[in-house]
Amino acid sequence: MAQAELAHGGHEEHQTTTGLSHKKLLMWAFLGSDCMFFGSLIATYLVYKNRSLGGPLPEDVFDILTTSTSTFVLLMSSMSMVLAYSALTRGNMNGFRIWLLSTCIMGATFLGFQVFEFNEFVNHEVHFECSHLEDLTKFERTFADRCDGTVDEVFIEHAGLTPRTNLFGTTFFVLTGFHGGHVTLGVIWLLAMFFYSLRKGGITPAKHEEVDLAALYWHFVDIVWIIIFTVIYLFGVFPGF
Amino acid sequence: MVDWLWSFSGSKETLGVALRTMSICTPMRKRLVGVLLIALFGMLLLACYPDNPQSTFDATGPVAQSQLDLFWMIFWAALVVFIVVEGVLVYTIIRYRRKSEDYDPPQTHGNTVLEISWTILPAIILAIVAVPTVTTIFDNANSPSLAGEPAIEVEAVGYQWWWEFKYDDPNNPGNEIVTANEMHIPVDTVVNVTLTSPNVLHSFWIPKIAGKVDVVPNNINKLWIKAEETGSFLGQCAEFCGVAHANMRFRVIVESSAEFDAWLASQDEPALEPVDPLAIEGKTIFEGNQAQCWTCHTVSGSAKAQGTVGPNLTHVGSRTHIASGIRVNDQKNLREWIADPDRVKPGNLMAATAKVYTEPTSKLTDAQVSALVRYLQGLK
Amino acid sequence: MTTLGIPIPKRPIHPTGVWDWLTTIDHKKIGVLYGVTAFFLFLTGGVEALWMRVQLMGPEADFVTPEVYNQLFTMHATTMIFLGVMPMGAAFFNFLIPLQIGARDVAFPRLNAFSYWTFLAGALILKFSWFMGGAPNAGWFGYAPITGIEYNPGNGIDFWILSLQVLGIASLAAALNFIVTIINMRAPGMSLMRMPLFTWMSFVTAFLLILAFPVITVALIELMFDRFYGTNFFVTSAGANPLLWQHLFWVFGHPEVYILILPAMGIVSEILPTFSKKPLFGYPVIVLSGVVIGFMGWMVWAHHMFTVGLGPVANSVFAVTTMAIAIPTGVKIFSWIGTMWGGSISFKTPMMFAIGFIALFIIGGLSGVMHSSAASDAQQQDTYFIVAHIHYVLFGGAIFAIFGGIYYWFPKMTGKFLGEKLGQLNFWLMFIGMNVTFFPMHFLGLDGMPRRVYTYSEGMGWDYWNLVATVGSVVLALGVLVFLHNFFKTLISGEEAPGDPWDGRTLEWSIPSPPPHYNFVQIPTVSDIDDWWHRKREDDSSLAPVAGSSEDEHDIHLPDPSYWPLVTAVGLFIGAYGLLYTLNIGTFTGFPLFAIVGGSITLVGITAWSLEPVNEPDSDH
Repeated sequence: MAQAELAHGGHEEHQTTTGLSHKKLLMWAFLGSDCMFFGSLIATYLVYKNRSLGGPLPEDVFDILTTSTSTFVLLMSSMSMVLAYSALTRGNMNGFRIWLLSTCIMGATFLGFQVFEFNEFVNHEVHFECSHLEDLTKFERTFADRCDGTVDEVFIEHAGLTPRTNLFGTTFFVLTGFHGGHVTLGVIWLLAMFFYSLRKGGITPAKHEEVDLAALYWHFVDIVWIIIFTVIYLFGVFPGF
Repeated sequence: MVDWLWSFSGSKETLGVALRTMSICTPMRKRLVGVLLIALFGMLLLACYPDNPQSTFDATGPVAQSQLDLFWMIFWAALVVFIVVEGVLVYTIIRYRRKSEDYDPPQTHGNTVLEISWTILPAIILAIVAVPTVTTIFDNANSPSLAGEPAIEVEAVGYQWWWEFKYDDPNNPGNEIVTANEMHIPVDTVVNVTLTSPNVLHSFWIPKIAGKVDVVPNNINKLWIKAEETGSFLGQCAEFCGVAHANMRFRVIVESSAEFDAWLASQDEPALEPVDPLAIEGKTIFEGNQAQCWTCHTVSGSAKAQGTVGPNLTHVGSRTHIASGIRVNDQKNLREWIADPDRVKPGNLMAATAKVYTEPTSKLTDAQVSALVRYLQGLK
Repeated sequence: MTTLGIPIPKRPIHPTGVWDWLTTIDHKKIGVLYGVTAFFLFLTGGVEALWMRVQLMGPEADFVTPEVYNQLFTMHATTMIFLGVMPMGAAFFNFLIPLQIGARDVAFPRLNAFSYWTFLAGALILKFSWFMGGAPNAGWFGYAPITGIEYNPGNGIDFWILSLQVLGIASLAAALNFIVTIINMRAPGMSLMRMPLFTWMSFVTAFLLILAFPVITVALIELMFDRFYGTNFFVTSAGANPLLWQHLFWVFGHPEVYILILPAMGIVSEILPTFSKKPLFGYPVIVLSGVVIGFMGWMVWAHHMFTVGLGPVANSVFAVTTMAIAIPTGVKIFSWIGTMWGGSISFKTPMMFAIGFIALFIIGGLSGVMHSSAASDAQQQDTYFIVAHIHYVLFGGAIFAIFGGIYYWFPKMTGKFLGEKLGQLNFWLMFIGMNVTFFPMHFLGLDGMPRRVYTYSEGMGWDYWNLVATVGSVVLALGVLVFLHNFFKTLISGEEAPGDPWDGRTLEWSIPSPPPHYNFVQIPTVSDIDDWWHRKREDDSSLAPVAGSSEDEHDIHLPDPSYWPLVTAVGLFIGAYGLLYTLNIGTFTGFPLFAIVGGSITLVGITAWSLEPVNEPDSDH
């Protein structure tokens, strides 16, 4: 949050008890705290899993292929973050800037996927043919009685999922929304650092810790997403979970 | 054990004898301390005299009794620990009070044997307490009806701020007999109570019969009770549930099996038709469009009065109390209640929502109130 | 700093008067701010309590309406816990931890100032609710679904949510700061196992804070979204389970209990050795038991839920874990008595409060064991028996320790002794008042009086003890008034205190009273627990506290004051209200103007803060 605030001040007293910098410790402690934050949100999601009174449900809206793609992009951004940091410590400033920018771009891409996905869910439509009623999801089956012999297919335009629709919508959007918020904050942080690095002396190999902190945060946010992707998406669509 | 305790300290005479005995056989200073201690102890016990209507010390029935036994067991253990630890504390501060400003006592840093023993000793005491705790938890969770003991089933529903009790209709399976705020049960019989709430949290508690179990929306909780004495036992909602929480009371009326059966049969009957003119007028008002009592209350037998928002009034005249157990059911109280419910039980939803109370133009006249009182009192 | 070409107002250098207090980042001044604010809020919570005691003095009283009564008990508990005891703990953390570990400030001084101002913002949001359409009315525990918009349409709950969220930010920032400070800023030789007990207990508390607060934050976010945006977290008609709130609340709420009591135990562990002239008996064991309590505090939350129907297995497990937590607590009590045993005990006011703490905490601990037995707790849960228990541990416990701490460290903070005679009177009034108020509540609870009732009928057998409790609360209030009198009298004409007035044992007593702004002229090197005691006994010439010469002072560089923590907190204050008050501008209905203004101020504050260097390069050194 702030610049190094070594209250010891002075010239010879910069060393700390543990040798780690204050900010590094602060970041680790904060991430520990943030674990509890996401842990509580995920717990809420799991408590309410399969307790929605109506649809749409995960199997109606999730598109594992799309989300796998965005997950892959986010994971790759972690790798490019590692490369950026490594370039910086080796003094390769151009390499650092390139990898940092690509991390930002991948982060933003992930966010784009998320916006797209939210939009898809909100505008979800139910469409099925009356000749294939056996393949319907639980939610779609609630519309099966519209196949009264006079129609060949059923099309329901407004069957979207919003945070108000059901418990699934509530818990899903709030959990992934807060994760998206974390990613957004990370992208802004990394972008700020990118522009800062364009200034002479803004970011130097000697100041690698500033980047290290952002990287720590970025990796944390990625790890949280891996958990969310597994627990919410994969467990949500594959039977048996 | 409990009875013994009361016989020891329950009356002033025994206390006096105890005090006199103390004063004969001990020297002056110790005597004073002894007198004070006994007086204090006696006062503490008198403080929880079981005559109080919701005292947990007057258990009737196995559930409350098991909870009381457990309480006493832990209480005695705690009392011993209390006396020993506070005693050592007081002794220490008297014995080691500062006598000289210059004296530095030996700087002892600890004593391993001592430290280990005062870790293990409490652990042993707690383990001893834990065993009956766990067995009692399971005993009280599992109704004897699971083991085949005959039982009757009651559903208790918590509303803001009154209780509804539903019984299976013995004459008409699938049908329910509904009453409010007074739960009749037969003596010496297991009663399985199912607790539900369509609104906020409540807690079902009849201190003399059983400890509380919360009533949680979207969760079905169960408790079993068994009363070993006949009589009327007070209960009260114990989980904060809103503005009139303090007045959400109820009664459990324990009666002989025959009385209970007769009561249940009478509750199964449709409401008595009013005969005297005032009561007939009351019924007209009840089912009329000014008062609109019928929109919220059920009077079975009436075609119109089938509301389910408020208590079922089919046999309201036969209940001992009104307004969820806070007032005796007599003419004066019923009158006050109908004329201005908010004064009797502040915050109640009838006063907050019924047109006759919210709109000055629809206000009931004294004559109308009298008619309604007569009608309701006739619903025996 | 002008690296980005953004014009930044000139930094406050050596401000005076009000600006000094508004921009200070000195941990000692922030500690004083915390202490004074928290004490004032503690008094407001006390007034709320007295109000309730008047209402309950006799049966069927109508001193207040039921609605106001519900607001009173909600505000009383929320105030005492979040605005009274916790920030008073924070006051001690701030003032003492750097002094006890031999540091010149905390790790992040501006973050520290931010914590205070944010705490103040949260406190004001809560307290102003009395004047803005009604205070929250659903209890400090806010059990769903009565907090939902359907059952509680007023704004009281909203103020409660927003206030707790803002307070959560403050606590989180403070806890992170102290964790880093304690880990990273200890003087040479100050190994973890040489740290004063108060610092140790604060350390455990800070970990509990950073791990417990996110849980309540999530619960409050969920409730807030339900109320503001129509989500379904606690909407039972959408299938929600009200027990989710209870679990989240108590997963936070039980560690919270230890957040309140551990610093108090730390304070007592400082006072007892000093006034017994003996080191703490079994220091490693006391430290360990504090850590164990911190861990086990996470395994017992459902003992607040014994009656909600978790089933016999869960109830048994939580009954046993709850009993187990009594063991480390007992170890602490025995060790404290062991500390006094064989000592040379002086009964100065701080010691009286510390001994009072032990005596009363034993009672609270034993009644705690009583309701750890889930089966018998069914008769005690939600009755006055529990009210008695929590007041024995939180009033007899935490508040007594805090008063003891105030008497103990007041000379260090101000250079003046609080009056000893008034102190003794203060103690005895509070001790007697506390017992007369809260002991009868045991009887009331066992006689079937539920909590949170604004009235009770005649003939329940509760009249007498309720009257006694009310009388006791007046005595208690008198005790607090005596303290206030003592406080102001001392400020005006108190006896001067030297640097080491009590023959103390820890580093804060090695420097003058009040401490200079840089604390230590030279960072001490520590070679023992109770290092200062040993230094005094080994070498008499060092008995006088080390005073700084002006030459030394000049070489010490401390961070400069800053406007930005205050600005950031003000932004949060406006922003939180802004979430409630929206404007209708043309086609924009519900335009959150104030939220945007507040958010922008916060953003400006954070940005300027992060661009501001720790020290102004051109300032005067």
